[in-house]
Amino acid sequence: MRALESVLTQKGYIEPAALDLLIETYEKKIGPHNGARVVAKAWVDEEFKQRLLAEPTPAIASLGYAGFQGEHMVVVENTPQLHNMVVCTLCSCYPWPVLGLPPVWYKSAPYRSRAVVDPRGVLRDFGVELPADTEFRVWDSTSEVRYLVLPMRPLGTDGWSEERLASIVTRDCMIGTGLPTLPDGGSR
Amino acid sequence: MNGAHDMGGSHGFGPVVPEVREPTFHAEWERRVFALTMAAGRPGKWNIDMGRFARENRPAADYLNKSYYEIWLAGLETLLAERGLVSADEIVAGHPLGEPERVDGILRQGDVETLLYRGRPTERPASDQARFRIGDRIRAKNIHPTTHTRLPRYVRGRAGVIESLHGCHVFPDTNALGQGENPQWLYTVRFNARDLWGADADPNLSVSVDAWEPYLEPAEQVP
Repeated sequence: MRALESVLTQKGYIEPAALDLLIETYEKKIGPHNGARVVAKAWVDEEFKQRLLAEPTPAIASLGYAGFQGEHMVVVENTPQLHNMVVCTLCSCYPWPVLGLPPVWYKSAPYRSRAVVDPRGVLRDFGVELPADTEFRVWDSTSEVRYLVLPMRPLGTDGWSEERLASIVTRDCMIGTGLPTLPDGGSR
Repeated sequence: MNGAHDMGGSHGFGPVVPEVREPTFHAEWERRVFALTMAAGRPGKWNIDMGRFARENRPAADYLNKSYYEIWLAGLETLLAERGLVSADEIVAGHPLGEPERVDGILRQGDVETLLYRGRPTERPASDQARFRIGDRIRAKNIHPTTHTRLPRYVRGRAGVIESLHGCHVFPDTNALGQGENPQWLYTVRFNARDLWGADADPNLSVSVDAWEPYLEPAEQVP
């Protein structure tokens, strides 16, 4: 890898400072805290939520999140009857502007093979069990469309600020492999 | 291609093992491979579909044995070698063995923010009417191209319903071959799990894929 970078640099095909900035951007700037802000706003602002579901890409861009691997966004809403889960069985497609780069498990064979057959079992691997009659909907990201799950706002969060709400929105609950959990352990 | 990358429905990979407080990268070399791949793609010597094919087009054992960023590195080396930009000998030597080719559009530090914020949208103007409407019953074609495709094996030959329409998008199957963007209507197609996995499948599960129009035919046609 070092040899390749060295050859590319000496040939002038890459600028090392640009590489450093790319790395810094995805380690420090772009991550699931972005998506958490989107979700928290949708929880407190019904008008924004409707816009987010109807025109997701511009609605998300209105909060400053747009671009690479998020050019065509779709937001899918969890309800008491319906649970959504997002996967890319063919590679690792993932909504970078709102979630950052995907975790290893999302790119791994166990998740990519099983999410489309047994999402309920996959959820159990994350320690989450949903009622037997919950409808499951799995979205396989096979095109440049990228999916974000809008989880349900947990009970017991009345009057919370957007910022406090965002703090309980994890990466996993925006992929559909988790639920927002209150610090005391409650959920849903 | 029917490669190891097309994993939906495969058995034997075991449980999903999430990592607590997972870092963005696990080693310095992963950082560099990620950034190299992003930067080296900028001049447009290949497109995203060629990039995906370079990663998936390898023997199954090799694909499964490599870590994610090892696959990225192998794919990048393939793309660079195919285009005569960096040879295997140069990687072994660690320095150029000849005069570099002129390459325009090198990613500069000052361009990074704009590149990331603009992204690379794949929607294109439509030149014809969409063949299918929301609610139509369709069948995913039973096709097995040896080249790049984004129609996963587990839906091929299966009947589903058009759930939504996303406009016309660059068609990966031709774009990966350098045969042009060839924009095609893109749909989300929803399948009942029982139509994919048989009578024992979860009756409360449905699975959707995004599928370009050439992947689909009306459900009435016998596959």
